[in-house]
Amino acid sequence: MMLKFILTLILLSPLFGAIAAGLFGRRIGRRGAHTVTIFGVAVSTVLSAYVFWLFVFQGHAVYNDALYTWMVSDGLRFEIGYLIDSLSATMMLVVTFVSLMVHIYTIGYMAHDEDYSHDNPYYQRFFSYISLFTFSMLSLVMANNFLQLFFGWEAVGLVSYLLIGFYMKRESAIQANLKAFLVNRVGDFGFILGIAVVVMYFNTLDYQEFFNALESQVGTTMSFFPGMEWSVITVLCLLLFIGAMGKSAQMPLHVWLPESMEGPTPISALIHAATMVTAGIFMVARLSPAFELSAVALSTVLLVGAITAFMMGVLGIVQTDIKRVVAYSTLSQLGYMVAALGASAYAVGMFHVLTHAFFKALLFLAAGSVIIAMHHIQDIRQMGGMRKHMPITYWSMLIGALALIGFPGFSGFFSKDSVLLAVGETDVYGAGLAEVLLLIGVFVTAFYTFRMIFLVFHGEESDYVKTHDIKESPKVVTVPLILLAIPAVFMGLPMVGPILSGTYFADAITVLPQNDVLSTIYNDYFDSAIGMALHGFVTPPVILALSGVFMAWLLYLKAPQIPSRIHAMCPRGYKMLASGYGFDRFNEIVFEQGGRKLGDFFWRGIDVKVIDTGLVKNTFTSVAAAAGALKQGQTGFLYHYAFVMIFGLLAMLVWVLW
Amino acid sequence: MVFGLPILSTLIWLPILAGLLILFAGRERPTFAKWFALLVSVVTFLISLPLWVQFDASTAAMQFVEKTPWIDQFNIHYHLGVDGLSMPLVLLTTFTQVLVIASAWDVIKERVEQYMGAFMVMQGMMIGVFTALDSILFYVFWEALLIPMFIIIGKWGGKDRVYATLKFFLYTFFGSVFMLVGFLYMYFQSGSFGILDFHLLPLGELAQILIFLAFLIAFAVKIPMVPVHTWLPDAHVQAPTAGSVVLAAIMLKMGGYGFVRFSLPITPDASMMLDWLVIILSLIAIFYIGLVAMVQKDMKKLVAYSSISHMGFVTLGMFLVYGIVANTGEAQGAALGMQGAMVQMVSHGFISGAMFLMIGVLYDRMHTREISAYGGVVNTMPWFGFFAVLFAMANAGLPGTSGFVGEFMVILASFKANVWYGVVAAATLVIGAAYTLWMVKRVFFGPVANEQVGKLADLNKREFAIMGILAFAVVLLGVYPAPLIEVMDVSVANLLIQATTSKL
Repeated sequence: MMLKFILTLILLSPLFGAIAAGLFGRRIGRRGAHTVTIFGVAVSTVLSAYVFWLFVFQGHAVYNDALYTWMVSDGLRFEIGYLIDSLSATMMLVVTFVSLMVHIYTIGYMAHDEDYSHDNPYYQRFFSYISLFTFSMLSLVMANNFLQLFFGWEAVGLVSYLLIGFYMKRESAIQANLKAFLVNRVGDFGFILGIAVVVMYFNTLDYQEFFNALESQVGTTMSFFPGMEWSVITVLCLLLFIGAMGKSAQMPLHVWLPESMEGPTPISALIHAATMVTAGIFMVARLSPAFELSAVALSTVLLVGAITAFMMGVLGIVQTDIKRVVAYSTLSQLGYMVAALGASAYAVGMFHVLTHAFFKALLFLAAGSVIIAMHHIQDIRQMGGMRKHMPITYWSMLIGALALIGFPGFSGFFSKDSVLLAVGETDVYGAGLAEVLLLIGVFVTAFYTFRMIFLVFHGEESDYVKTHDIKESPKVVTVPLILLAIPAVFMGLPMVGPILSGTYFADAITVLPQNDVLSTIYNDYFDSAIGMALHGFVTPPVILALSGVFMAWLLYLKAPQIPSRIHAMCPRGYKMLASGYGFDRFNEIVFEQGGRKLGDFFWRGIDVKVIDTGLVKNTFTSVAAAAGALKQGQTGFLYHYAFVMIFGLLAMLVWVLW
Repeated sequence: MVFGLPILSTLIWLPILAGLLILFAGRERPTFAKWFALLVSVVTFLISLPLWVQFDASTAAMQFVEKTPWIDQFNIHYHLGVDGLSMPLVLLTTFTQVLVIASAWDVIKERVEQYMGAFMVMQGMMIGVFTALDSILFYVFWEALLIPMFIIIGKWGGKDRVYATLKFFLYTFFGSVFMLVGFLYMYFQSGSFGILDFHLLPLGELAQILIFLAFLIAFAVKIPMVPVHTWLPDAHVQAPTAGSVVLAAIMLKMGGYGFVRFSLPITPDASMMLDWLVIILSLIAIFYIGLVAMVQKDMKKLVAYSSISHMGFVTLGMFLVYGIVANTGEAQGAALGMQGAMVQMVSHGFISGAMFLMIGVLYDRMHTREISAYGGVVNTMPWFGFFAVLFAMANAGLPGTSGFVGEFMVILASFKANVWYGVVAAATLVIGAAYTLWMVKRVFFGPVANEQVGKLADLNKREFAIMGILAFAVVLLGVYPAPLIEVMDVSVANLLIQATTSKL
């Protein structure tokens, strides 16, 4: 009872803050708005920390209970409730903690805004959004059933729509948010059909009941096309994974993420990068008992992840906007997480989610700090030599970068190396290809990350930097940087053992013995975290990463003429990369214009021409002609005809029946 | 009983008498006409509440029944009653009426008494449609309803109102004549015009098919279904705001109600044989009309097409039962679809009402409904923007709003009947969001498009109250639909038994 109360408080206090700041923003003012929202999220964070302690350290038994019954239809219970175990407890803490940091950072970051006049309550509105986001994300991770999962999923999509479109006067922003929402809806299309399969074959929406019944449906097949029978579990996993691909921006549903950077930099970007996009990873991990039963699904997940990791990483190389570099690195890292899931290493996927949340938050906030110093210029080609002007930002960004490329000892090393080990160990279909792609991806990641670092902070000072007063950002910005840098460095070390041994998520994640790559890694290779880090220096991933850094140094500091020469040598290749492989163009032509043309054809061609003009108007004109003939001597009011027709009809009726 | 009067009769005749009173006594007294209409609407709504509170959800039998002979020669009765299928629709009508009257407050300046009177009379007749248990009584209300709606569009409508009203009238009238013939046939078979007697009347295969088709034409026009839908966009575009609200929120539901009250229970075998026809037309509505909605340039047309698309879920949900039985061998899931259809009707009442009211708010200020005349409205009308996004999201079926509940249920159920039904129905997730949010983007977001938009005043208190009440209803039904499901549960189960029990 007590626990249920605590969980409900965790869930609802951000919602309360969001409503207060959103609907009564003008009345309570700026101070009132940030006080009430921060208080709400702080309550959630503290209580989440308690829940985390309870479930992760104290080993509290899994908690699974309904809060209320949404409805019962046809014997199917639709409920709102909580499933709390190590997985959800961890996610709750990450979500609330990151969100709390964001709330605090926002006080400084949003204090002034060029898009809005000072009397516009944009500030309150922004706080309302990020609190609402926290609520949505919490309801997603705390859910014990598919209905609530879908609710949180869509609510997160709504807030992301609002955040990306926060600068609603900018055409680019309102284009981006529409696109983000619609692309996510494409994913949700798969998701909802996945839920429909669950309902059809399992007749439940509850996770636990679904897991319990999985065994009995292993051999069941269903058919989409006559003569083709597919395993029900495979179909539902693949459909649900389409949803995950939308939210976690896997190819080809990744197109919304780069543009989502239209939101206020870098806070909404951070929300997207560090929290929201992990929803898909979380979902697959949560549903591990189902994915384990389908080799086809696992293999698809693995390949989609690996291809995304590689191809999106490559795009990072040609970006010139500092936010976009970080955005593409997010896409690429999401690919690593998804690949880990495909290798049945759900715990490792989640591990990378956690380390990534911190070092990517760090990178985004550091990028934001650079943008503040550059007076909202985001083009890295206009930067250079900024290291001396903003040392705290430089060092924190460097730490983030080292974690991102997986430098031994940093948090990202442990999680990414575990991903690579797991993919190397698994033998689902496509594992070989996936491993190669992911390894090249490591090189690429290091290359674009340090390209950014070198271009921004090293080398000669650019004209802009020389002629303007570049200052380190204020404390409300640098303190969160320092706070985030600590976990970015250290959090991998204590976690990697429990993750690999499988003890950390033991109560939440199910892995079949034959798929259990992590215990193989743990038993065969792993001695200690320190040993893993030291050994790292002689393994291919780290060597690849270091050569990526070296390459970046060579091309952008040592011999900066080379990149433009490569560019001149293969303009087509560059163009292809700069246009992001043409996905946007394709979607624009096929879906956007195609949909409109089809709609236009249906409307003008069929509705108007065939039905209205062809069938109706001809009838209408003949009736009108007849009416015109009768019009003489009548009032001419149309509705009189109506009376006459009805009473005439009734009179006829009476006469007929008499 | 309220104050000793039978409740359903009060709900029908109080508004009608009040409407007539306004019509005759309200001339040159617009203030009286408005206040009296509002007062009676509120009182009617309050009187309708006991229907919900005292409703016995454990039985499918008709409740609050009134029955007296009306025309003895033909065994026609004045017979009223509600069950779990009609009771929510009666409440939806009385609820919407209050908002409708309030919405016209400052807007209608000419012939106020006629306007208010017409709406009051119309309300009584709509309740009559939902509560009549005698087919002739039903038919009288059904047809008589056309008159006030005809007047409303014809007198207060836009410049092409003549075309729109005639089209509206011809379509509906054309449809209902067939229905009347069906009633007559069944009267000659059973000697009664009682709808409940029709339910029990054994009918042969051919008779069922013919009656089914007769009903289908009547109800398909009303709801409306493809391809007899083209009157609706025209009627909406020409109708004044309140007319559109009543049309979308209540009158379309009469078609859906017809299917559950007449088609399924009276002609179960024909329904089974021809369910594919309804389902295919429904799926076309969801997909094809969704795309048509996307390319509309007039906001009202867009919402009108969106209504047709949403009504596709209603008809789809209602006719899934046979497919589910054929596909899975049991009826498990059929109630899900049927209840989803019913929830969708109520929810669409709120959402489409809200959407048309919003367009009305803009139209009152700018006198245009062209999407291209707008842009950046949220900059000058922030509260309005808030409601717009909320209702748009509801229209796009966002969980947590009422728009999600019915769609979700119908998608889950349709997948059981045939996976492809589910696939097409689920496409609404993308299409519905596309046309709704694209409109929101062009009208509300972006820089202030022109001077008129720059001068727009945000919602006044009256408009705010209307929007607020609807927003509350939309969210409440989205967050806690259980009460609505509970009142209809037994009636739906009974209906499904009727629909799956062969009469041959």
